Amino acid sequence: MARAVSTQQKTINTVLAWAIGLLIFFPILWTILTSFKTEAQAINDPPLFLFFDWTLENYAIVQERSDYMRFLWNSVIIAGGSTIVGIIIAVPAAWSMAFVPSKRTKDILLWMLSTKMLPAVGVLYPINLIFIQLGLLDTRTGLVIIMMLINLPIIVWMLYTYFREIPGEILEAARMDGAGLRDEILYVLTPMAIPGIASTILLNFILAWNEAFWTLNLTAAKAGPLTAFIASYSSPEGLFFAKLSAASTMAIAPILILGWFSQKQLVRGLTFGAVK
Amino acid sequence: MATQHSRSAARVMMAPAVILLLGWMLIPLTMTLWFSFRRFLPLRGGDLGWIGLENYVRFVTSSSFWPAVQTTLVLVGGVLLITVVLGVLLAMLLDQPMWGQGVVRILIIAPFFVMPTVSALVWKNMFMDPVNGLFAHLWQAFGAEPIVWLSDASLFSIVLIVSWQWLPFATLILLTAIQSLDSEQLEAAEMDGAPPLSRFGFIILPHLSRAITIVILIQTIFLLSIFAEIFVTTGGAFGTRTLTYMIFQRVLESQNVGLGSAGGVYAIILANIVAIFLMRIVGRNLDA
Amino acid sequence: MGRIVLDRVKKNFEQVTVIPPLDLEINDGEFVVFVGPSGCGKSTLLRLIAGLEDVTQGTISIDGNDATDVPPAKRGLAMVFQSYALYPHMSVRKNIAFPLRMAKLDKAEQDKRVEQAADVLNLTDYLDRRPGQLSGGQRQRVAIGRAIVREPAAFLFDEPLSNLDAALRVGMRLEISELHKRLETTMIYVTHDQVEAMTMADKIVVLHAGVIEQVGSPLELYRSPRNKFVAGFIGSPKMNFLAGEEAGKLNADTVGIRPEHIRASASEGDWVGRVGVSEHLGSDTFFHVHVEDWPQPVTVRAGGEVEMYHGDTIYLTPDPERIHRFDAQGLRLG
Repeated sequence: MARAVSTQQKTINTVLAWAIGLLIFFPILWTILTSFKTEAQAINDPPLFLFFDWTLENYAIVQERSDYMRFLWNSVIIAGGSTIVGIIIAVPAAWSMAFVPSKRTKDILLWMLSTKMLPAVGVLYPINLIFIQLGLLDTRTGLVIIMMLINLPIIVWMLYTYFREIPGEILEAARMDGAGLRDEILYVLTPMAIPGIASTILLNFILAWNEAFWTLNLTAAKAGPLTAFIASYSSPEGLFFAKLSAASTMAIAPILILGWFSQKQLVRGLTFGAVK
Repeated sequence: MATQHSRSAARVMMAPAVILLLGWMLIPLTMTLWFSFRRFLPLRGGDLGWIGLENYVRFVTSSSFWPAVQTTLVLVGGVLLITVVLGVLLAMLLDQPMWGQGVVRILIIAPFFVMPTVSALVWKNMFMDPVNGLFAHLWQAFGAEPIVWLSDASLFSIVLIVSWQWLPFATLILLTAIQSLDSEQLEAAEMDGAPPLSRFGFIILPHLSRAITIVILIQTIFLLSIFAEIFVTTGGAFGTRTLTYMIFQRVLESQNVGLGSAGGVYAIILANIVAIFLMRIVGRNLDA
Repeated sequence: MGRIVLDRVKKNFEQVTVIPPLDLEINDGEFVVFVGPSGCGKSTLLRLIAGLEDVTQGTISIDGNDATDVPPAKRGLAMVFQSYALYPHMSVRKNIAFPLRMAKLDKAEQDKRVEQAADVLNLTDYLDRRPGQLSGGQRQRVAIGRAIVREPAAFLFDEPLSNLDAALRVGMRLEISELHKRLETTMIYVTHDQVEAMTMADKIVVLHAGVIEQVGSPLELYRSPRNKFVAGFIGSPKMNFLAGEEAGKLNADTVGIRPEHIRASASEGDWVGRVGVSEHLGSDTFFHVHVEDWPQPVTVRAGGEVEMYHGDTIYLTPDPERIHRFDAQGLRLG
């Protein structure tokens, strides 16, 4: 609201908002802090907040004992691979729907969205069976395919809403200038849509990184990403708070940073353009 | 702007996405449907033939069905209530002028980016552990007996964890919606003599109604399939077995695929009912 | 070369016919303007020629070759769009070079042609800017530059001046006309503004509801409009139409007379009326005259500094040679 508010009111707002913000953020903050404590300090009563002997030993132990880097790499491959493949498939589809709309475009878009709403558990066994048959169980390839499929509707949708904001005349101009379809998409549409494509990539990378149904059910030791790695702490290692915290911090830190960059696009992506 | 050339090109370029999603939807769905009519126990005799609707009947008459429905409803309803109410309040607060708004926003959004297994484990161990958890320390500091959260108040605990994860989503969307409200409308209402409470009831809330509906629908779809949070905390014990979790157990733990598949079909139908409402809103938005 | 022939070309959108079958010949080097009110199908016709829309029936040939099914990229035409449609992510230089890059010309030749075009269009100082940093008129010139470098068979302009302010528009009009004189390439220009049509065209095509009402040079259309629509559309201010008794005297359903073909006088004339609104432009004076019993005021153009005002009595005399007669269908008589 564009109106002057008294300093007093603004102070109250600030204090209240910061208090709530810190309260909500506290579990994450606490996890990060605990990751730098020794196990004994981590369960100290009363809890130690800032004044403890900061140590990096937990990070070293986690990597050493559980080969953290391998899980991290699996996460990167699965989230990154599925996003890239998804974009490659979705850009032409979104181009078609945004610039050559037909009577069925809307139905196709809504249908794509509806596949996103299929409860995963309803098709758990068939997918499991197919994966066993094709030898995809516990492989990164298999996970890349699944992640790509479950996020494809969101990728198409986001790209579609971004493409629709690009005036069709510019693409027609490219056509008049002698550009074929490939040139039109590669040299005109894609560079113009870079911001939209970037936020689509970002959001889908985050979603794939955090996905925790298929990753838990279709992977084991070999292709497990960080979600599965963390789940393995559920017992009994979870009692080692400092190590759990170090592992957790490493699993969420990259995505927290990416996520903060993508907060604007998040709304648009997750509401399928219904709220902007 | 469409010529025959571009239309046929469009069809070709749409084909991979459409075919993949069609396959992704139809193949497993058909298999689930097929299994749901059969007695199928992979570890105890395999496919034992067609049994009609028996799986469907058994699934809903099993003693754990109604408790699972109740658990699901409490989980979904509880999280929705908490996230929407707090989300509206938080969004309104964040819309006020203040110092460091951007930082507060980042703090509040953060939980959404935490992977479900991490948030479940962190809450389970570092906060809800009856001996070493922060809550236990807090309770003891006030001389109270620590609560064994995940067995004595298990469902409430999970509602709490999931709400923490989804509150940022609701807040962010509602904040975006509030920011699109024309401030002149509020000023006009103020000139007309409407006190703050009626301004909220007559202007802000109706303006937010669409965003709230969207939040409810999207969250419902995600919440119905909550899995990891239960998997790593209680493993479905202590009255935290939702429909999704029950189907998961039927399929993978007790390996009764026929029965689990029938449950899956129920889950698909349920999700579709919610989805239809969401599609209507999204679809209307497409025309605009 | 740039001779374009439309033969029985028809266009439907879904079930609606927007252009019933029409024939049109555009000769090499001609400046042809499609003019008509909005929704008359002039832009659609241009897009059919460009290949951005399919014809439903009929054929389009360019320089004697059937181009009906040739995609726009291969027709050898260049188009300047209403919104200019510049590529916002490319510099002016890259924008202008884009068609050459698509044609896979070697780099040196590209640079040479871009420099030439920039020189002609006074864009040399702006070659390294982005379109977003240019004024409307400069963007317009970049769009034209992008069109001329590829040396097309014909230029297509789709209302190119409608986003410019009035002063710039007059200037750009002249520039485009000069460009045509210099290049001697076929140009097809779409506008809803009859002033643009009259000032620039060798040949005007007046369109109304998808139908060609008349094709001719500006003065042909001015002197002998084929029907009431063309008569009313061409010329500014608009032709006055009189029906009833006055038309009956001349054996017509309706008669039309242009404001500049009526003599105004303070003392004598055929018709007597009262000045309603008077517009004194200095060079001209326009009177809107109310004649008793006539349903609409008559517009009259008088000399530059005629001192008559609202409420004054005024006498009008039409030039009998310049009265246009129309029958009940609106077609020209005689």
